Amino acid sequence: MKPLQKRVIVNRLMNFLAGAAALLVILPLVLIFGFLVYQGGSSLNLAFFTQMPKPVGEAGGGMANAIVGTLILIALACCVGLPIGILGGLYLAESRDPRLPWVVRFLADVLNGVPSIVIGIFAYTLVVLPMKRFSALAGGVALGVIMIPIVLRTTEEIVRLVPASLREAGLALGLQNWKVTVRIVLVTARAGIVTGVMVAIARIAGETAPLLFTAFGNRFWHSRLDQPIAALALQVFAYAISPFDDWHRQAWAGALVLISMVFLVSLAARLATRGLQRQTR
Amino acid sequence: MIGVDAGRGGRAQGAPLPRAFFLTPRGSLWGDRIFQGVVYAAVGLFALVMTGIVLALVVESMPAIRRFGLSFVTGQEWDPVKEAFGALPFIYGTLLSSLVGMFIAVPLGIGAAIYLAELAPFWARAPIGFLIELLAAVPSVVYGLWGIFVLAPFLRSWVEPLLGGTLGFLPLFQGPPYGVGMLAAGIILSIMTVPFIATVSREVLLAVPNTQREAALALGATRWETTWIAVLRYGRSGLVGAVLLGLGRALGETMAVTMVIGNRPEISASLFAPGYTMASVLANEFTEATSDVYLSALVYVGLLLLVVTVMVNAAARLLVWTVGGSVKGIRE
Amino acid sequence: MKQSMATVLRTIGLVLAVSWLGVAALPAAGLAQTLMNGAGATFPYPLYSKWFDEYTKVDPSVRFNYQSIGSGGGIRQISERTVDFGATDGPMTDEQLKKAPAELLHIPTVLGAVVATYNLPGNPALHFSGEVLADIFLGKITNWDDGRIKSLNPGVSLPNAPIVLVHRSDGSGTTYIWVDYLSKISKEWEEKVGRGTSVKWPAGLGGKGNEGVAGQIKNTQGALGYVELAYAITNKLPVASIKNAAGKFIEPTIASTTAAAAGAASNMPADFRVSLTNAPGDAAYPVASFTWLLVYKDQSDETKGKLLTKFLWWAIHDGQRYPQDLLYAPLPAPVVKQVEAKVKQITFNGKPLVAAR
Repeated sequence: MKPLQKRVIVNRLMNFLAGAAALLVILPLVLIFGFLVYQGGSSLNLAFFTQMPKPVGEAGGGMANAIVGTLILIALACCVGLPIGILGGLYLAESRDPRLPWVVRFLADVLNGVPSIVIGIFAYTLVVLPMKRFSALAGGVALGVIMIPIVLRTTEEIVRLVPASLREAGLALGLQNWKVTVRIVLVTARAGIVTGVMVAIARIAGETAPLLFTAFGNRFWHSRLDQPIAALALQVFAYAISPFDDWHRQAWAGALVLISMVFLVSLAARLATRGLQRQTR
Repeated sequence: MIGVDAGRGGRAQGAPLPRAFFLTPRGSLWGDRIFQGVVYAAVGLFALVMTGIVLALVVESMPAIRRFGLSFVTGQEWDPVKEAFGALPFIYGTLLSSLVGMFIAVPLGIGAAIYLAELAPFWARAPIGFLIELLAAVPSVVYGLWGIFVLAPFLRSWVEPLLGGTLGFLPLFQGPPYGVGMLAAGIILSIMTVPFIATVSREVLLAVPNTQREAALALGATRWETTWIAVLRYGRSGLVGAVLLGLGRALGETMAVTMVIGNRPEISASLFAPGYTMASVLANEFTEATSDVYLSALVYVGLLLLVVTVMVNAAARLLVWTVGGSVKGIRE
Repeated sequence: MKQSMATVLRTIGLVLAVSWLGVAALPAAGLAQTLMNGAGATFPYPLYSKWFDEYTKVDPSVRFNYQSIGSGGGIRQISERTVDFGATDGPMTDEQLKKAPAELLHIPTVLGAVVATYNLPGNPALHFSGEVLADIFLGKITNWDDGRIKSLNPGVSLPNAPIVLVHRSDGSGTTYIWVDYLSKISKEWEEKVGRGTSVKWPAGLGGKGNEGVAGQIKNTQGALGYVELAYAITNKLPVASIKNAAGKFIEPTIASTTAAAAGAASNMPADFRVSLTNAPGDAAYPVASFTWLLVYKDQSDETKGKLLTKFLWWAIHDGQRYPQDLLYAPLPAPVVKQVEAKVKQITFNGKPLVAAR
């Protein structure tokens, strides 16, 4: 057949495959979401969001403390993960040194592969043992360390793609280097960096294993940041592995709430940083 | 020193700005120095954390290393009661399950990213993108339980008999269909890593300047050819970064995998057979490890996982470098 | 202008977020209560959460926070003193006790039973003997219609199908109880595999947690495995009657579990570190075990010590009303007497914390 025809066919085929890929990717989410709603939807009521866990067999009971706990842990993790991640990513994208960035990049990829339970044990040795108690701080540290590689690598790749012309324009106008980086490069890359941060938050919101040895979990409202604190992922885990159907339903409801929370945080962050859109499109 | 990046690809005339340019004071230099210091501090902290983790792993696994040495890596027996430990089945399980997972997730993830960045109608992009990101927020334990209650029975009743019937001559698809096993683990891993790959790839593709696309279109390329020649090539390093991000997740994933992999420390060629991964055995047995040697052996497994991660990352980068060539000067 | 509007909204949002976080991080009201933390076995988690909830009505000045991180985790954390008490399904070994900074006491609280459960068409009620179970788990008996299984179950039609064996992949007290029983029954098992919270299983698939094993069995025809009694009941799985030391086939029930402890009461070691498997007694179920709380004999904090011992006293008396509804077996009366004596031994600076009653 004529070359043009072949190209047109290939074009149609590839576009179709890309669409099919997107569909296949969403399919598990729909299935899992459906599973959660079907199994746990009945447990979602006002009590769920305002009450604390009740023993099995008693009506009501909720995960209010776990919801708040997860938010606090995410905030703490961001305090650790965001500065190191974003600044580190900037360094990797901008530095002209031939060797050190290569090492840092490699280490970040390796850290990404360390199982979360190992990071939890590391935080346990670093924070819990010296303090002689489990705490929200330890949980924040563990989750923050997990966040670092994701934020770091994403920031690097996005910043790297900011066209040099923008940077040069800033310098030509007499701006100092750091101002160019912060006010032009970072702002341009903002949307991409925010996506990276949201992906990292999504990841840590669902982590259970590292919290077992650090934040520990708490059936009551936390009192201070250096005391054990509840978390949705922990509570979901504890309920899911129990023998009781009522707790199972609450576990699925908890998972639904967790996913929705991440959704809302993501939405809020997107809206807050909308301003300057990707100016390349 | 942190200077201006000479850019890549889109700047063919990329001569770096002359050094003298930076020596000329433009306003106070304190801002630059402080900023540089802050950045170096962040990098230093990161290096400290990594060193701490590696050191902790090495120190804690010393007793096991001294006792078993390298035979630990080739040994196939894992007996906590008799204190005979060998990690080969776990290494095999980690590599195979990650391979299966990536085999499924990479084409799907990048394909979905292409769709979202280039082809989807504008009104659909944000919602679909959001949905994919949400996948990353599902807790691993939910994946695991969904795997036991929905995926494994589905595999056992429909998929594995079908594969065994049609492709059963391959050793990959032989053996009784349990439902749980390497295939289930690979599929769960692919579902868990695809949001990372898709999301980051999408951001990378969106950041490719329009000039690239316009140039290709001006030359008469079809939509797909534009994507292939101009966009994907330009963003290649970013795509590799996205895939490595997903790979890291696959290698270290614990909870979901251990619920559907069958947890049998045996090496088998078939995807239907149960297996065991390094992260799983660590999570399963760490809290209950009784003796010092047992604990040390488990940490040794953790150390080996680190080594495997390093090697896989190195291999991936090597692959990209040799295949990709130096068209865009990949600076890895 | 749009830009300034956005900036205003952003600032408001930031201020709200920071102030909310600040408020959340502050100590909550009502801090007159003492928080006691405990960690350990997952098996008694539902019961302990009921107990601690009920106990706040008895003594509102204290709140107990118990998290299940596994028996081994409980042992480790109490040894590191990061928690106020531990909980375990398997007693601590001499080695572990020696490593603890001070003397630790084992206080039995309730009993649990590990049952053999399976998935066969029609869900027949099966009888097993310890020897047959050991051989199945050793991989020597691989088919449901094996002669030895048939002879124990005349009148039950067993299919000609392979046994899909399921065991625990994660280390656990449940496993310890099961293999402890098999080791007592079968010399071959004791030599080949032995006892432990994790063992090298000669055959079978591993499921994570009691729930994982139960889920696996429920979804696989021809499966056979062991779980805690509560999981079999709530998952509506059939349970097998096992032949006990007296030669009778006993169904695992709450009554037969308590009977196992009653049988052992006369020979109870002082530190309660006893294995109740294959217990003597006509009505005793052969695969039962205590679950223990781990506390320091000499408490380091007087207030906490008093609160803890008061709770322990309540647990072994009034607290024994609650286990049955949650499918645990209460302590038999003779054992309660022995535990009372133990709780009276807990001291602070040499003074016993429990007034003589």
